[in-house]
Amino acid sequence: MMRHLISAADLTRDDAVLILDTAEEMARVADRPIKKLPALRGRTICNLFFEDSTRTRISFEAAEKRLSADVINFAAKGSSVSKGESLKDTAQTLEAMGVDAVVIRHSASGAPYRLATSGWIDAPVINAGDGTHQHPTQALLDAFTMRRRLVGRDAGIGQGLDGKRVTLVGDVLHSRVARSNVDLLHTLGAEVTLVAPPTLLPVGVESWPCEVSYDLDSTLPKTDAVMMLRVQRERMNAAFFPTEREYSRRYGLDGDRMAKMPEHAIVMHPGPMVRGMEITAEVADSERCTVVEQVANGVHTRMAVLYLLLGGNEPAVTHTRTEGN
Amino acid sequence: MDTQNSDARSVLEGPDIARVLTRIAHEIVERAKGAEDVVLLGIPTRGVFLGRRLADKLEEITGRAVPVGSLDITMYRDDLRMHPPRALARTDIPAEGIDGRLVVLVDDVLFSGRTIRAALDALNDIGRPRAVQLAVLVDRGHRELPIRADYVGKNLPTSLRETVKVQLAEEDGRDAVLLGAKPDPEAAEQ
Repeated sequence: MMRHLISAADLTRDDAVLILDTAEEMARVADRPIKKLPALRGRTICNLFFEDSTRTRISFEAAEKRLSADVINFAAKGSSVSKGESLKDTAQTLEAMGVDAVVIRHSASGAPYRLATSGWIDAPVINAGDGTHQHPTQALLDAFTMRRRLVGRDAGIGQGLDGKRVTLVGDVLHSRVARSNVDLLHTLGAEVTLVAPPTLLPVGVESWPCEVSYDLDSTLPKTDAVMMLRVQRERMNAAFFPTEREYSRRYGLDGDRMAKMPEHAIVMHPGPMVRGMEITAEVADSERCTVVEQVANGVHTRMAVLYLLLGGNEPAVTHTRTEGN
Repeated sequence: MDTQNSDARSVLEGPDIARVLTRIAHEIVERAKGAEDVVLLGIPTRGVFLGRRLADKLEEITGRAVPVGSLDITMYRDDLRMHPPRALARTDIPAEGIDGRLVVLVDDVLFSGRTIRAALDALNDIGRPRAVQLAVLVDRGHRELPIRADYVGKNLPTSLRETVKVQLAEEDGRDAVLLGAKPDPEAAEQ
């Protein structure tokens, strides 16, 4: 049984499809006058954010509240963490307060895994982004958005993304979104291509279940969904590309490039977008760009994950994590 | 749902079920004085199929299409925390909505009454009907809550050691209500 959601690689295809199907039902709740379900009534969930993230935290909070959970928000800034308290002490404090689940965002890769496996806390742990490692709920909401747009809202139920061609463009090296998406999209049967300058590809990328290319223009015509990644300057401690203009010219998405894509193809971005560099305003504001949909879908998908992990006396999703992973 | 239960006895067959549904449809029209504001909501899985069949019959009788939908009650169950979470089924509320209308809930078997309690809670979150009525194919007794059906296909006095299983062509390939012996205490719900 999977008690935690640490990595998108942990999910089996059945589990991933179950989460997407459940999210589709959760989306229907958003259309109702009363957007609330009683499934997590009486449960307390702590959003433990050691790293700033307004978007993800609000998304989790909305999902938790729509499922009637009690929510505690913990931001490291201004807390005892800035006074030197360790992750272990924070975890034990939460355990003593009887928290039923922890949603954690941390700048250190592996912090959620440590929290889940150290025995400091008994509650399920959900990874809301750790360093450059994983962001599984982001991958799930992206897959949900793709399935809705490329397979169909009702036709997609029970389906994966078999045969769909997805291109991820940009800063793969610093991107947990890219890692999580490659894992999950592969599990769901999609063909993934990474396009990035060689300096922004991680060591060992050849062992990932995807293709790698340096040329965006030749990849776009055979793409069903293109996902632009944010250039994470805050994580860059060296020169990875000559100039912003150079990057934009080779890896940015503008109207001319978008025109090379098939008509049904969509443009995705995990946000926040740097307009003018990764993506032009023309593309960002076009019909094909799903950024706003992705935000809405994030709430539905996180509701599904929380319900399936916490709704019953044991989680509904299975566990595939192998030793040492 | 144990199809391997070979000593199950059939208490209603296809034609009986059709007759029973026709009678219920007439009863709905009679009590609602024409069924003008009726909305049928089936409870998944088999309640949804029964709801659609009833809607067809109501249309035959009144000459008007009756809105029909489905109402998943999973999130509202009071035993949610006693089992792993179930996959959610479809909730489809007809475009007309349920505010101010007569909602007829449709289910296959009425047993403890807890499913219907959950359905009433779910309805509460969706709108405010003028009235709510309940139609079931089989009432097997053993109520744990003060709930009764307005329209009953067949009253079937059972022991708690028996199972009642409804099969419908849409899901199971044939129409039947089967009464069998319970294989083990764990499967009491069905």
